[in-house]
Amino acid sequence: MEECLAKKMEITVSEAEKRTGRNAMNIQETYTAYLIETRAVESQSEGQCAPVDSLWRRYSEFELLRNYLSVTYPHIVVPPLPEKRADFVWHKLSADNMDPDFVERRRIGLENFLLRVASHPVLCQDRIFYAFLTQEGGWKEMVNETGFQLKADSRLKALNATFRVKNPDKRFTELKHYSDELQSVISHLLRVRARVADRLYGVYKVHGNYGRVFSEWSAIEKEMGDGLQSAGHHMDVYAASIDDILEEEEHYADQLKEYLFYAEALRAVCRKHELMQYDLEMAAQDLTSKKQQCEELATGTVRTFSLKGMTSKLFGQETPEQREAKIKVLEEQIQEGEEQLKSKNLEGRDFVKSAWADIERFKEQKNHDLKEALISYAVMQISMCKKGIQVWTNAKECFSKM
Amino acid sequence: AASAPKPLPSSGPKSLREMPHPLATSSSEEMGPALTPSPDLLLPHSIADKDLGLPNGTPVDTSSPASSSSLLNRLQLDDDLDVETRDLFVTVDDPKKHVCTMETYITYRVTTKTTRAEFDLPEYSVRRRYQDFDWLRNKLEESQPTHLIPPLPEKFVVKGVVDRFSEEFVETRRKALDKFLKRITDHPVLSFNEHFSVFLTAKDLNAYKKQGMALLSKMGESVKYVTGGYKLRSRPLEFAAIGDYLDTFSLKLGTIDRIAQRIIKEQLEYLVELREYGPVYSTWGGLEVELSEPLEGVSACIGNCCTALEELSEDMTEDFLPVLREYILYAESMKNVLKKRDQVQAEYEAKLEAVALKKEDRPKVPTDVEKCQDRVECFNADLKADMERWQNNKRQDFRQLLMGMADKNIQYYEKVYVTCWST
Repeated sequence: MEECLAKKMEITVSEAEKRTGRNAMNIQETYTAYLIETRAVESQSEGQCAPVDSLWRRYSEFELLRNYLSVTYPHIVVPPLPEKRADFVWHKLSADNMDPDFVERRRIGLENFLLRVASHPVLCQDRIFYAFLTQEGGWKEMVNETGFQLKADSRLKALNATFRVKNPDKRFTELKHYSDELQSVISHLLRVRARVADRLYGVYKVHGNYGRVFSEWSAIEKEMGDGLQSAGHHMDVYAASIDDILEEEEHYADQLKEYLFYAEALRAVCRKHELMQYDLEMAAQDLTSKKQQCEELATGTVRTFSLKGMTSKLFGQETPEQREAKIKVLEEQIQEGEEQLKSKNLEGRDFVKSAWADIERFKEQKNHDLKEALISYAVMQISMCKKGIQVWTNAKECFSKM
Repeated sequence: AASAPKPLPSSGPKSLREMPHPLATSSSEEMGPALTPSPDLLLPHSIADKDLGLPNGTPVDTSSPASSSSLLNRLQLDDDLDVETRDLFVTVDDPKKHVCTMETYITYRVTTKTTRAEFDLPEYSVRRRYQDFDWLRNKLEESQPTHLIPPLPEKFVVKGVVDRFSEEFVETRRKALDKFLKRITDHPVLSFNEHFSVFLTAKDLNAYKKQGMALLSKMGESVKYVTGGYKLRSRPLEFAAIGDYLDTFSLKLGTIDRIAQRIIKEQLEYLVELREYGPVYSTWGGLEVELSEPLEGVSACIGNCCTALEELSEDMTEDFLPVLREYILYAESMKNVLKKRDQVQAEYEAKLEAVALKKEDRPKVPTDVEKCQDRVECFNADLKADMERWQNNKRQDFRQLLMGMADKNIQYYEKVYVTCWST
């Protein structure tokens, strides 16, 4: 298998810049543009650094890319984009899209997205993706020329299929159930985590007040003064330490968010399967009824009620020639139908096979990533405890000198 | 140890006639026995030597339970104090609930171990309730108005907010009452007060209370009848300084109390969220196969965090806040003593001025003015000595209190650290 793009090319989203421009409706707007830098990975022996290529893209272009990939590769669990709007915020974080912290986290998320796509064995080979990274002008036109929008399934059609499909592959049903649960549990987790962060922030910050009052108190004391004053300083340090701690935790939250959005991608694959399966079932049903019609016309027996049958009874029978013509048409349709059914069946089986292969790949990736994320979270907690012990030990020493 | 300034003779159960006239000699230091000790030494046996005939340097049995570890800790903190000079040990413990028709209340056991001669027995054990402590404090204020009397924990609690009979409340109160008696025990003058002895020993305290004819010291009696209404000319600098100090001190403690309460409140709100947070990881763990172990691990870690946090908040509420509040009450009562001192001085100044205005050709100062002057000087001496003792004890108390606070926080983080590590 050809090597992933990620191994051949260094990709970074290195900068973000505020821009103003006119949008499609000729209205002035402000948006953020992101700088994508790429560089071919040279073999070490050459010792030269390849030149860096770069171009600017905005979030909407990333969205376009992702839509294209989702429609073009419906059997792939396509990596998600970082959130469009700040969600799960706690009081200190801004919900403003222009906020520098949000922009920074988005920059990281977008880079992550590109790396995920570049390391996917199938997606990395897509030429539109390659062009996204390397071709500044005319990319949008290129994407639209693929006509992918036409291939996109309507939402209504998909919903209809979900409700009416009779025999979807059990694994997909289970997977859909799993992705629903996953979405629900991660959302809950992120919501509560945001509240926990808010409260923890409060606890730490109030300790800063000790710093001030100890300082004021030390002014009226003789022997106790120094100890109080220096302990107060440590309380200030303690209060300030929460900012870094919670910033780190935001990265953890972002890792969880990625998988929250991944759940949506999983569901999309399941939906596609349901749609294909429903299509297949409808086609089979249609074929069966046509065959039946044909048989009825040929034998003259009416086994099922049909309007035609009734009208012919009321207004007289058809001529044998008319009937022959009808049968001929039906037989053609039946043959077409059988071929279609065959190819649809094949398509369906191929889809299930390739989708399931990607799903297995995804599962491994998910288990690996989340395990790492959880471990890093535990490490963060340990580091927070160590800092806490350090500060309070310092304060205790100051108190002991009182 | 500071170079001990020899204080003036102070109140004690002695008549003024026995004390040398402050105006008679230039330095009164050589006069009379040093009835108030120098600020950093506690030598009750030297007083007892002259007054009560206790044999010198009787080693006290430090292995007895009455020499509780906390008492021993205080002794060890005070370098100058020789353990062997302690001859009175008091402990408050064993709270019991009494249910009667009219009321329900708690009594505490007060155990005394002593080698002092004025006590008939070496050991006493009596039961006292809060009312009795309150009575004792009032009597001490009455009979020793020139001294700083330690505070009692607050008398009234808002019903419905605090459960007066909960284990935590009773334990907090017990500790405060124990502290109260120990402070009196440590005091070179207060510990010899008759009301205190009766409190420690009487089987029927109520009968004694009813007597009403309490033995006031001469000083106590004289100060009691000092009339207010005289305006103070000028407060001696050092007492003005003490007043200012106490004002700022109370303010700062009040602020610390509010901050501590706020922290506890924020911690409890944090706890509420944590309690919801942990189980979500468990739920997720139920959904996954490969990840269930690390997810359960995080959930357990958060659970332990909750437990540790609960303990921290409890400790702060039960051990930290009450001591702060005690000191605020202490400062309040001390300010009242300062006011009284001002009144005594004002009266003296007014009387002196009245004499001067009379322009009489008298070589000798009238006796009642002399008495006023005595009062002022005794008061000043007592107060000064007590202030120095108070400052030292305060430093030690706060050192212990704040180190304790730091310790509890360290323990919290250590507990959480251990469980995180295992994940």
